[in-house]
Amino acid sequence: MTAAVDPQTDADPLPPPRRNRAWEKFRRSPSALLGGVIVLFFLIVALLAPLLPVPGPTETDWSAVRQAPSAAHPFGTDEIGRDVLSRMIWGAQASLLAGVVSVLIAVLLGVPLGMLAGYLRGWTDAVISRFTEALLAAPFLILAIALAAFLGPSLTNAMIAIGLSAMPIFIRLARAQTMTVMTEDYVESARAVGIGHLGMIGRYILPNIIPPIIVQATLTIATAIIAEASLSFLGLGQQPPAPSWGAMLNVAKNFLEQAPWMALYPGIAIFLVVLGFNLLGDGLRDALDPRD
Amino acid sequence: MLGFLARRVIIAIPTVILISIFVFALQHLLPGDPILVMAGEERDPELIAALREKYRLNDPIPIQYLAWAGNALQGDLGISLRTQQPVLELIGEKLPVTIQLAVMALIIAILIGIPAGVLSAYKKGTWIDWVANVTALSGLSVPNFWLGIMLILLVSVRLGWLPASGYVPLTEDPLQSIRTMIMPAFVLGTAIAATLMRHTRSAMLSVLKSDYVRTARAKGLRERVVLVKHALRNALVPVVTVITLLFGELLAGAVLTEQIFTIPGFGKLVVDAVFNRDYAVVQGIVLCTGIAFIFMNILADAAYRVLNPRMSEK
Repeated sequence: MTAAVDPQTDADPLPPPRRNRAWEKFRRSPSALLGGVIVLFFLIVALLAPLLPVPGPTETDWSAVRQAPSAAHPFGTDEIGRDVLSRMIWGAQASLLAGVVSVLIAVLLGVPLGMLAGYLRGWTDAVISRFTEALLAAPFLILAIALAAFLGPSLTNAMIAIGLSAMPIFIRLARAQTMTVMTEDYVESARAVGIGHLGMIGRYILPNIIPPIIVQATLTIATAIIAEASLSFLGLGQQPPAPSWGAMLNVAKNFLEQAPWMALYPGIAIFLVVLGFNLLGDGLRDALDPRD
Repeated sequence: MLGFLARRVIIAIPTVILISIFVFALQHLLPGDPILVMAGEERDPELIAALREKYRLNDPIPIQYLAWAGNALQGDLGISLRTQQPVLELIGEKLPVTIQLAVMALIIAILIGIPAGVLSAYKKGTWIDWVANVTALSGLSVPNFWLGIMLILLVSVRLGWLPASGYVPLTEDPLQSIRTMIMPAFVLGTAIAATLMRHTRSAMLSVLKSDYVRTARAKGLRERVVLVKHALRNALVPVVTVITLLFGELLAGAVLTEQIFTIPGFGKLVVDAVFNRDYAVVQGIVLCTGIAFIFMNILADAAYRVLNPRMSEK
């Protein structure tokens, strides 16, 4: 069998497949790349934390309490002589873990529920939609604070609380995307040839709703990192002495006059990593936008 | 319009019921016997017995819920264990403080966000647009509690221009009240300003492409008139809706801002309640914010219809 020759191949080449186009667009966006580099940097730092030549994050040095930045302690020391740089490096683990795990919780619970609502419609949709509206009605942080308060303060519970609070966004998104995909001709055809529900969802719907979910997940990681920092700042997240950027700021606010560096660096770290995820998310949205 | 509002209120009822179920369910997340936890550390046997009786804890859960919801419907959200005040009364006391903070923050956000969005759209693709976008994205990425800490460090500690804390009621000394609230309002307003800027920019971009703006320009109208009278007025329709929906963000931001600047408002109430294990207060606050948020949603829909006559005609 000979391959069919496309008469237009030379004169009018076909556009590259969508995935390649998306990568090309992403690669050409300086802000998206910057976002990617920032996120990658923090990811590497968090993963390599045990190997980096810094003192332990809970190691105290009573002879170096609230010391200004120096060669020995580039970001200074805190109120009990712990190295601020080391605590920030280890704090990156808590922040990224909280961001990723809570968004995973939100995606793994929200996407199936949203798909179910958009696929089955009717009563299932009505019940899931009312449930989503009710969850959306409580502001994200207030809901997370309430859940963390009732579940008890810990990083795990903060992640659960943030994940549950972020879930409605994914239910809504997956529902809307599923409903859009359901109107496509190829879904109609698949239905006509008798493909079952699971096959339909797994082979036709899920692959088509993944790109917007990835974009939303990236942007939600940014929100989740701020939420974790906020909960830890309030004392409802990572518990001392384990390091976390939010908890570091909570202590730092009491020593603003004597040791401003304690507040400066953890805040910059939160800002940078959140900015990184926001830039990355915006870049992915532009790259994966099917309208272009 | 009245019919529309009535329909929206009826649609909201199941959502309110679901919120109340969530709030009720929260107390069942507590490890162990919720009443022992709710009774506080002293665990007064009389109080425990009264709470058991009040919440019908010996009855099945649906009956417990109905009893709780019945009380809530009558405005009884329980008693604060710390202050012994009814929860609703406590919320009513603290709310005006947060409303003052939120209104000031919103004014600051509107003053920054809308002009920046208009300018950014008008100068699309120039360095002005780029700077506005980067600033907005930074505003969205900066944790507002850290911004608050940094401002205290700079404005209060280093420069000594404004007090770092201390709340003065507006009715007592309006000038001093504004002086103490301006920094927290700015902190709370920045994230909102960033969101508003992005929405205004996108609304302006689509309006600037429309036929009536082209016609206005073709008529030889001055650019400022085209921009403000023709473009901005129409672009503001979705922006006003967004402002109404930002209520939730304002409340959540207020929790942290009030904590940093020690403002005795709604946000500080919830955090103090969490640490005092004053669960009835936490539940009351979630229920009230949920219902208020639904009310704001209805208001947003109504505002959209008022501002967009084509919607009303439909």
